[in-house]
Amino acid sequence: MAQEGMHVHDGLEATCWELLQQVTDPEIPVISMVEMGMIHQVRVEDGVAHVDVLPTFVGCPALEIMKKNIAEKLTEVEGISKVEVQFVYDPAWTSDRIAPEARGKLKSFGIAPPPIDFKPGDIWEVACPYCDSPYTQIDNLFGPAACRSILYCRHCKNPFEALKPIY
Amino acid sequence: MGDFSRVETVEAAKQNHEYTQALTDLLFQLADDDFILAYRGSEWLGLAPHIEEDVAFSSMSQDMMGHAVMFYEMLEQLGVGKADDLAQLRAADAFRNAILVERKNGEGDYNNDPHYDWAYAIVRSYVYGLHKQVRLEALLQSSYVPLTLVSRKMLTEHRYHLMHWQVWLKQLANSTPEARQRLEAAIEKVWKDAGELSQLGPNADSIARYGLIAAEDELKQKWLTLAQENFEKVGLVWPGEPGVPAERGRHGQHTAELVQALATLSEVYRIDPAASW
Repeated sequence: MAQEGMHVHDGLEATCWELLQQVTDPEIPVISMVEMGMIHQVRVEDGVAHVDVLPTFVGCPALEIMKKNIAEKLTEVEGISKVEVQFVYDPAWTSDRIAPEARGKLKSFGIAPPPIDFKPGDIWEVACPYCDSPYTQIDNLFGPAACRSILYCRHCKNPFEALKPIY
Repeated sequence: MGDFSRVETVEAAKQNHEYTQALTDLLFQLADDDFILAYRGSEWLGLAPHIEEDVAFSSMSQDMMGHAVMFYEMLEQLGVGKADDLAQLRAADAFRNAILVERKNGEGDYNNDPHYDWAYAIVRSYVYGLHKQVRLEALLQSSYVPLTLVSRKMLTEHRYHLMHWQVWLKQLANSTPEARQRLEAAIEKVWKDAGELSQLGPNADSIARYGLIAAEDELKQKWLTLAQENFEKVGLVWPGEPGVPAERGRHGQHTAELVQALATLSEVYRIDPAASW
């Protein structure tokens, strides 16, 4: 009996992960929160889905919207009566958590993905997401969202944004 | 640091009344410092020297407000009160922020002929930011484990705030004589209050003894060493030992400027505290 119950839970959790692929960061609609590496854990117990979310920047105003969107999405699932979304800080979100396939999507959206395996003291060099030129300059460390910076490509003369390395 | 063993959870902290008291005191200092300075930052909206800076400064203020929320939520978990209420419904004498962060941005009011001082904004944000860096690094060793986790998170974000202000400081320090003179005047003004930043209030001994954060002297020395190094790097004269204001913010003594700020920022919330946002 107990084992059967566990199977049901596993199935529900898998369904949740699948649906979470459809929940996006409202400020970067091309990639999902799963691809951003922001979903740490999903547990379903007695019809309650517990979702642990790792914030990218804690002052991000989009966090509450994402929380709401997760809850709305998962209450669609049969067998889930309630959704509890919690922000957790252990492990800490780092920009290395972004899925490899999501990095290309960011680029196509005009946002340069953060460098991989960035360490303190490293120099942040950003290639233009449009022409791949390294001949770029940072115009503003803080762009329209805290997690992004505004840059300018001196080769193709386009302004663009880049996700900050968080490490 | 004290000889107290690590406290893993909020439930464990609540087992010891004295520990909870020291922790509560410290959390109010951390929360109120970030909250009030973020509010002052928000009062620059639409007034920063150029549009890119307007975006950057409001983004950083919002992020710092997010840090304050984390601390207020930790207080809520300890049973001190609802995070929103703690931020918006307390009287000025219940605030534990340093006086430096509550000072007005300059002459005039946000809605009435503001003539704010941009040099003061840069120096205050930078000096506070350097102190916050030292404080967050010290909190990584805190006996209260949840505090080490949020500090680690904040450090990853805070380094970008510091980089931003460093650029401003360097550029103005090496710009026109007028820029240099305004910068030096702002340093003088900030320096009169800055010494209070590393004070830990009436419960300082207990806070250090329980290993919640390093003792005042250690925080102060590390911060001053870091500040002196960075001032000299951009060619600024080191102002020496910082002063402390007449009011003692960590003891709940504040200026009329905080009273006015609280009245403004909580005006809407007070109309209907039960409203859902």
